[in-house]
Amino acid sequence: MAFIRVSSPHLHRPLSTRKVMQTVILATLPGLATLTWLFGWGSIINVLVASASGLLFEAIILKMRRRNPLPALKDNSALLTCVLLGIALPPLAPWWLVVTGTFVAIVIAKQLYGGLGNNPFNPAMAAYALLLISFPVEMTQWVTPASLLDNGISLGQSITAVFGSAVNVPDAFTMATPLDGFKHKGMLMADEYWRQSNFLPEKIWQAWATASIAFMLGGLYLLWKRIFTWHIPVAMLGTLTVLSLLFYGADASNYASPYVHLLSGATLFGAFFIATDPVTAATSNKGKIWFGIGIGVLIYVIRTWGSYPDAVAFSVLLMNFAAPFIDYYTQPRSFGHNKARKGIKNEK
Amino acid sequence: MSATKSYQEITADGLWNNNPALVQLLGLCPLLAVTGSVVNALGLGIATILVLVGSNLSVSMIRNFVPEQVRLPAFVMIIASFVTCAELLMQAFTYELYLILGIFIPLIVTNCVILGRADAFASKNPVIPAATDGFMMGIGFTVVLVLLGAMRELLGQGTLFENMQLLFGPMAANWKIVVFEDYSFLFAILPPGAFVGMGLLIALKNIVDGHLKARAERNRADEPKPTVDRRVRVTG
Repeated sequence: MAFIRVSSPHLHRPLSTRKVMQTVILATLPGLATLTWLFGWGSIINVLVASASGLLFEAIILKMRRRNPLPALKDNSALLTCVLLGIALPPLAPWWLVVTGTFVAIVIAKQLYGGLGNNPFNPAMAAYALLLISFPVEMTQWVTPASLLDNGISLGQSITAVFGSAVNVPDAFTMATPLDGFKHKGMLMADEYWRQSNFLPEKIWQAWATASIAFMLGGLYLLWKRIFTWHIPVAMLGTLTVLSLLFYGADASNYASPYVHLLSGATLFGAFFIATDPVTAATSNKGKIWFGIGIGVLIYVIRTWGSYPDAVAFSVLLMNFAAPFIDYYTQPRSFGHNKARKGIKNEK
Repeated sequence: MSATKSYQEITADGLWNNNPALVQLLGLCPLLAVTGSVVNALGLGIATILVLVGSNLSVSMIRNFVPEQVRLPAFVMIIASFVTCAELLMQAFTYELYLILGIFIPLIVTNCVILGRADAFASKNPVIPAATDGFMMGIGFTVVLVLLGAMRELLGQGTLFENMQLLFGPMAANWKIVVFEDYSFLFAILPPGAFVGMGLLIALKNIVDGHLKARAERNRADEPKPTVDRRVRVTG
């Protein structure tokens, strides 16, 4: 019998917040790069504008709260929020949209609730939901994949579109996302929709699927690094797959297939980067599974019967509300203790 | 609380110290629902003042005749009658505003401020203080309504005092001030904006209260202190 000899000390140093956040930011890079490759410079500009304004807001609000801004700025949490928001916003969104978003995320959704660790809602998604209900026009225009444009959108054109005074991006550059288009396909059957105008919707969907897979790769890296556990993504994606399979199996001509649900919109990005936020999700493993299932159900319901095309932000926010409740009912039993009693104690 | 309060105390309580919206957090449903613009807020505020004064007056008058056990149904009945009066008055004189405010006029019956004041103040105090309390609480509530309405109208659509003619007749038609042209921020008009705006107003009040308290303490510090007993030496 051979023992591997490992010299002491055997203690691990826990990962610092700074390190965790840094790893997550790194993991978004493949997805961000793919977005840039497919949809042009818009996403990178978004991320840069969001990070610059977000860090500025964080510093100002921390000064107003009479805290030392430096440690909080260095822990990368504000930066991560801004990067996630920048990725979620449509490319070539006007700069004021992005800055409003970071203001809401950092000042209102994060710092007014007490800063990192005390925010009940995912800051990036709170900001996204606010922008979506306030500026539906700007928020639902997504750039056409560069491969479908005669000339791609150059960096200069992108910057003019973002910072220019023009109200909207030229229409030639933008079109509905696959989920949006499918939702408003009208009387068309599902396969007619995908095939119309020379397979255009299908081509757009392929671009989205590529970006989604790139984000999933980043997410798997985080899973491997044990930044989060598998429970939330697996429960969320599993629920969404089962639900979409059920309806697709029953009526394939009117309901989107599981592929469409999993590989378009923000599903994979949300599953790995948004729903796994340790502050706003449920904490126990069992709780995380319920949390993920809830998000999956809500995404399917809102996408299929709601009035908004995508639903990751709303679903995550709604389940953030429910997280304390889930935690209450899923307290794990500590070893050697009786099973926790559920509900209100009934004294005899 | 002493049995009788001076009119200054009643006024200060209604407008600031015990403001129904900012401190007691009562009547939030109409407060958050109709404060999308100044005119809506003012319309509902005036109706609420009317009902508050009327109900406090009547409750105070009958306070010695109503048995303890049935006081709440009796109060609600009185309040409901006044709300019906306010509703009919609004139908008669500001019909369009009545249509805009819709269900929130009848819902004044369930406004906790009114039942709260009837039970907590009017049923224990003489008629004139009770009416004053109702009026001051109503003014305090209306001021918050109008402030929130102005904030949301300005942030949401960039105007102030739009459609004031609904309340003040044709001469108010040109009171509208356009602060930002071609501007819209739907969030402020929608209910979530009301919650955020309300939170900010409460925070503002707390800041002002903090400053007032600090100033009062500074003033107290300036006064000559009563002589303090010398500390008894306990060591060495």
